[in-house]
Amino acid sequence: MLVYSVRRLLQSIPILVASTFVIFLMVASSVDPMTPYLTKKPPLSAAQLESLRIRFGLTKPLLQRYWDWLTGLVLHGTFGTSTQANFHIGQQLGYAMEVTLRLVVGTILIALILAVIVGVTTAVRQYSKLDYATTAVGFLFLSLPTFWFAVLLKEWAIQINESTGTHFFDTLWESSPNPPAGFLPQLGDAFQHMILPVVTLSLLSYAAWSRFQRASMLEVLGSDYMRLARAKGLSPLRVLFRHGLRNALIPLTTQVALDTAALLSGAVITETIYSWRGMGLFFISAIQLADPDSVMAWLLVTAVFVIVMNLIADLLYAVLDPRIRLA
Amino acid sequence: MPSRVNTSAGDTLGTTAEQAARANREFTVRARSQRQIVARRFRQHKAAMASLVVFVLVVLFAFLGPLLWTTSPSFMSNDIFTAPSGSHPFGTDSNGIDLLSAVMKGTQSSLIIAVVVSVVATTVGAVYGAVSGFYGGWIDTVMMRIADLFLTFPIIAIAIMLDNRFQQEASSLWLLIGVLTALFWPGAARVIRAQVLSLKEKEFVEAARALGARDRRIIFRHLLPNTLGSIIVISTLTVAGTILTETALSFLGFGVQFPNTSLGLLVTTNQTAIEGGHPWLFYIPGVFIILIALTINFIGDGLRDAFDPQQTRVRA
Repeated sequence: MLVYSVRRLLQSIPILVASTFVIFLMVASSVDPMTPYLTKKPPLSAAQLESLRIRFGLTKPLLQRYWDWLTGLVLHGTFGTSTQANFHIGQQLGYAMEVTLRLVVGTILIALILAVIVGVTTAVRQYSKLDYATTAVGFLFLSLPTFWFAVLLKEWAIQINESTGTHFFDTLWESSPNPPAGFLPQLGDAFQHMILPVVTLSLLSYAAWSRFQRASMLEVLGSDYMRLARAKGLSPLRVLFRHGLRNALIPLTTQVALDTAALLSGAVITETIYSWRGMGLFFISAIQLADPDSVMAWLLVTAVFVIVMNLIADLLYAVLDPRIRLA
Repeated sequence: MPSRVNTSAGDTLGTTAEQAARANREFTVRARSQRQIVARRFRQHKAAMASLVVFVLVVLFAFLGPLLWTTSPSFMSNDIFTAPSGSHPFGTDSNGIDLLSAVMKGTQSSLIIAVVVSVVATTVGAVYGAVSGFYGGWIDTVMMRIADLFLTFPIIAIAIMLDNRFQQEASSLWLLIGVLTALFWPGAARVIRAQVLSLKEKEFVEAARALGARDRRIIFRHLLPNTLGSIIVISTLTVAGTILTETALSFLGFGVQFPNTSLGLLVTTNQTAIEGGHPWLFYIPGVFIILIALTINFIGDGLRDAFDPQQTRVRA
């Protein structure tokens, strides 16, 4: 098991290196740090532009720049220098990640609970009215565009706030501009801001997972060991949860881990609608301000995150299902 | 089921002629081709059939509608922000553009983009996956790692970046199709590879090889046709995925640009319409996106059930 984990981890490294090279080429060709300086009025002199080029390292050949970036990352743990003033890439990215993780973790938790409850009930009551109704609702959520649904919920929340004259839903930012003093009030403030974005994203995510859970639960319910468990005279609930659900959860864990890249995309959009200062804003402003090293850092962090999640999916699969032998 | 042999006791009575006739009928069970079986099962899926009807109506609306409703989707009239009424069934927007014709045009381009992406992504993915699974070994490892590479980045980020790069160029439609294809082909490749891995061990592949078939013939004539069910299901679901992703990309400013339009662009331009007091501008294009995605998802579900011979309706 340990050997396998280490080997998988080592296998991920070439993918990661290859992907950093690909993204370096993409960033180098599409994000030019000179853009804001080329349109300055009055125009900068040729000598000034040249000194800027040297400062941004654009005079060096591409491979050399990649090598510098890679060694800076590996040997010194730096993401390079931002073109934005007083902008420490590592610190800013760390803050943005913390904000986005609130959304992603909250979403995964809520969506998983929903998916398991819905998946198991519909599998147990297959082809009942309940099954058809929840399937229809699930398909509806599967068919909603993230952005449209987020805007819709936001507008509804504003209308509810206005009509009740309260300020129950926070529709802007990940926390209040002047957060209340003390740890608990701050936590409460953050939770209140989380409600809408997390509800948006988890409703959009649970549907696919609940279909998945339903299918794997159906497969387990029809299996021989379930019949044996029932024949042994175990109580129906014990059969369902200890023998059924435990096995039926295995495929879902893998699926959830594999869906993280898509979830991050959804998070970027949801954050933008609710004006969260997370990964989405970090990336969009880095692009708009033509800051290649920040863009690189962002892509690197998300790529590592996705690769690690895929690795966890593989390992979890083996841990949860002893039939899978990792050699 | 008409093909079942009737063995009830009453049938043993009767004349020899009748018996002969019955015996004759009992043995001429109607042969059904794979296609007929699939069509039959699909028709039994009520939600899928209903969705198919609605989807066809949406397609007719998008492609035949403009022949009946001839207002140009880029004509700016003086009626600004009129609510839905007789002269403008879907109302008008801030530029006085008739929303009905804009929605027709938008549905048209969204559908065309979705179908092109779906066909290209599924074809590329299926062939790639089949080759990878068929050869196995290090070829498989390398090919699938490359496919994984495409799944490592949130596609949204790549789109924002490419948009920044190609902002000024008119080729954004092809770029959009390229980005969406890049997003969807690895999924198809994975599924088809998994199927080919088990199919290639079957006897018919061995038989084909014994008859002297080359690798290419085995892949294209023996393996891929056997994965046709999955290919059709994937391509259907890709259409829904593409429509939704196109909306997300439009929101980020990537993709179809005015005067051309798409459903994603329409909801994006009208994202503040609810606050502004013109909710129809936001709701109507959104409902069309949902309608297409929803019907396609149901059709895909029906096709999956129809194609999957192992899916017996077990009552647990």
